[in-house]
Amino acid sequence: MNTTTADSDVAKQLALSKIWNNREARSVILQILTMAILIGFFAFIITNAISNLAAVGKTFSYDFLSQPASYDINQSLIAYTSRDTHFKAGLVGLINTGLVAISGIVLATILGFLLGVLRLSPNYLLNRISYCFIEFTRNVPILLHILLIHGIIVHSLPRPKLASVEWNLADLFYLSNRGVFTPRPIPDDLLWISGVALALGIGFTIWFRKYAKRIQDSTGKIYPVFLISIAAIIGLPVLVFFVTGSPVTWDIPEFKRFNFQGGMVLLPEFMALWLALSLYTAAFIAEIVRAGILSVSHGQWEAACALGIRRARILNLVIIPQALRVIIPPLTSQYLNLTKNSSLAIAIGYMDIVATIGGISLMQTGKEMETMIIVIAIYLSISLLISMFMNWYNTRIKLVER
Amino acid sequence: MSEVTQSYVPGTHPDMAPPAGQRGILLWLRKNLFSSWANSIMTIVGIYLLYKIVPPMFNWAVVDAVMYAGNREECQALGSGACWAFIKDRYRILIYGFYPEELRWRVDVSFLLLCAALVPILFDNAPMRKPWMLFSVSYPFIAGWLLLGGAGLTPVGTDEFGGMMLNTVVGVTGIAFSLPLGILLALGRQSHLPIVKSVSMCFIEFIRGVPLITLLFVASTMLNYFLPPGTTFDLLLRVLIMVTLFSAAYIAEVVRGGLQAIPNGQYEAANSMGLKYWQSMRLIVLPQALKISIPGIVNTFIGLFKDTTLVLIIGLLDILGIGRSSMADAKWNGLSNEVYISIAIFFFIACFGMSRYSIYLEGKLDKGYKR
Repeated sequence: MNTTTADSDVAKQLALSKIWNNREARSVILQILTMAILIGFFAFIITNAISNLAAVGKTFSYDFLSQPASYDINQSLIAYTSRDTHFKAGLVGLINTGLVAISGIVLATILGFLLGVLRLSPNYLLNRISYCFIEFTRNVPILLHILLIHGIIVHSLPRPKLASVEWNLADLFYLSNRGVFTPRPIPDDLLWISGVALALGIGFTIWFRKYAKRIQDSTGKIYPVFLISIAAIIGLPVLVFFVTGSPVTWDIPEFKRFNFQGGMVLLPEFMALWLALSLYTAAFIAEIVRAGILSVSHGQWEAACALGIRRARILNLVIIPQALRVIIPPLTSQYLNLTKNSSLAIAIGYMDIVATIGGISLMQTGKEMETMIIVIAIYLSISLLISMFMNWYNTRIKLVER
Repeated sequence: MSEVTQSYVPGTHPDMAPPAGQRGILLWLRKNLFSSWANSIMTIVGIYLLYKIVPPMFNWAVVDAVMYAGNREECQALGSGACWAFIKDRYRILIYGFYPEELRWRVDVSFLLLCAALVPILFDNAPMRKPWMLFSVSYPFIAGWLLLGGAGLTPVGTDEFGGMMLNTVVGVTGIAFSLPLGILLALGRQSHLPIVKSVSMCFIEFIRGVPLITLLFVASTMLNYFLPPGTTFDLLLRVLIMVTLFSAAYIAEVVRGGLQAIPNGQYEAANSMGLKYWQSMRLIVLPQALKISIPGIVNTFIGLFKDTTLVLIIGLLDILGIGRSSMADAKWNGLSNEVYISIAIFFFIACFGMSRYSIYLEGKLDKGYKR
């Protein structure tokens, strides 16, 4: 009788080890385990959250979004007063995030390409200047850049009264510790005609590019596509603008008693965040551009020269398309980093999405969970959108291999 | 009319110096700065820029700077430049934060031990590397004991941590604990098990898609809701957990790059030797993959170290936080440039050093594949 139980034990162990040694069975068991742990974890934190919220008498709801926010926002591209809702405040914050991210991306790209090309320049002096700038900028935390530039603007630039005399450009632009004051355009009735001209110019360019390519493919004749595109997109609207009699009046800032009145102002917070993000990201982009250009082998230059192509065309047709393939993927992640770093706005009081919904709204309503979920969801969707777009672009320019 | 001629046996004529424009500094100048008219214009613009920027900065930082003064008014009376007296007055608190004065030797000792622990990790030709490595692995716990106290040492609360020391603590803990987690996540992402794979992928993408600052906000405002009622835990510990999770996601991506660079033959060879999954990873794949990803890991660490300054936004007093709060002092009000520039120099030295190391490593790794 003893032996039979021992036998059945051995048989059981054998059966178990058989299951464990079977690859499929093991993978199923492991995955069920993972799933169970995961579900258990989420169940744990959700029940905790429910009981904790109940304990402090809070409910999970987004009702606060339709209640009045009752705080002011110093920079808003859409009409906003403190009587508007939290939702509107969040929207203003989101627009501010978008504004600083897009203007940052534009400036960082321009500066980054410039620095990257200078870094490769045979001119020793410029090469060294750009090297020092890049190394210093990217080895210092971005938050420190933001605070440093904000500090310089607020503490070291002159007060408006002094700025109105010394730091002024043609009585139109003023640089002061309250921000940069510039004239503000006010559109008149006839401006829409220039807008139509711009749309026409863009439409014509798209058509003309296709047409020129078709002609070149069939006959080999090359049109000056670039010049004609510039003329259509910039020249035509400018011409129409002046023909219709410059239908824009300018609201010019003027110094009155304590501060400037009228015009448009770039607040110190925006300037600091914008410049810091652009400079910091430009340093990284410069290294990416440099690596991209270096990655195109010298043979490509020589081959193109051997075909008798002009230098500008070699860059345009041979080098840049190949370098872009290396540059684009890391460039995307720099754009994403810039967008995410713009959340540091809260340190200097620029009212972006983190500072409005995740900052003041959170403090006023006490809805930590709801507001943080909104902020996280917004950043996640921005990241996913940008990376989706870049993946699409990447597949479009990818090398077609046979 | 007689010409002095000297004849040489063919091949014995001494080499003559190149013409004046083709040698020495003139040649260098012509080749590097004035090779074409466009180049010359750029050089002149560059010199003008330097002239406009460097002398005023030098004057501000050195010539007109004030080293000894009691407060801001005295500084301004003594010179128009930087007020370094302020930094001299505050540098201790910038380094140690509010760590008790008589216990600061413990911070110094743990920093020295950190340097010692890093040697076998950074240099693979260090003598006695294996036993030394054991020390390196146990270092985080030794440092934790030294800094926090307990078991024979006077306990120090984490709210007394601050300054440069807090940055180092957050950075080193973040990297030490995120490395194993990151490797696991990278393996999970490469796994054949669909659920494990998608869980790791979601985690990595989630963390990478969100700014660190929102995670820190979650840590400071929300984390308590997710724990059983009544548990309280230290803000620094919550921050450390978030920072660890954050950098684990980035390290996972770096390690994944390393794993993908290992040729398939290595995996197959390991399988054909009859090694199990963990054996083949531990003995064959990971040593190679980690070796290639070290420069990436160092770069992640540089990024993490710079990001440790963000803790100031949720109210921890790191070096930047202490700098800001000392600016609010009535005695030194408004001296932001001095503080920020000193801190910038500290970060520059630390991060530039690390990036040089990573470049040195890349060069060394390259050599292995050169035939």
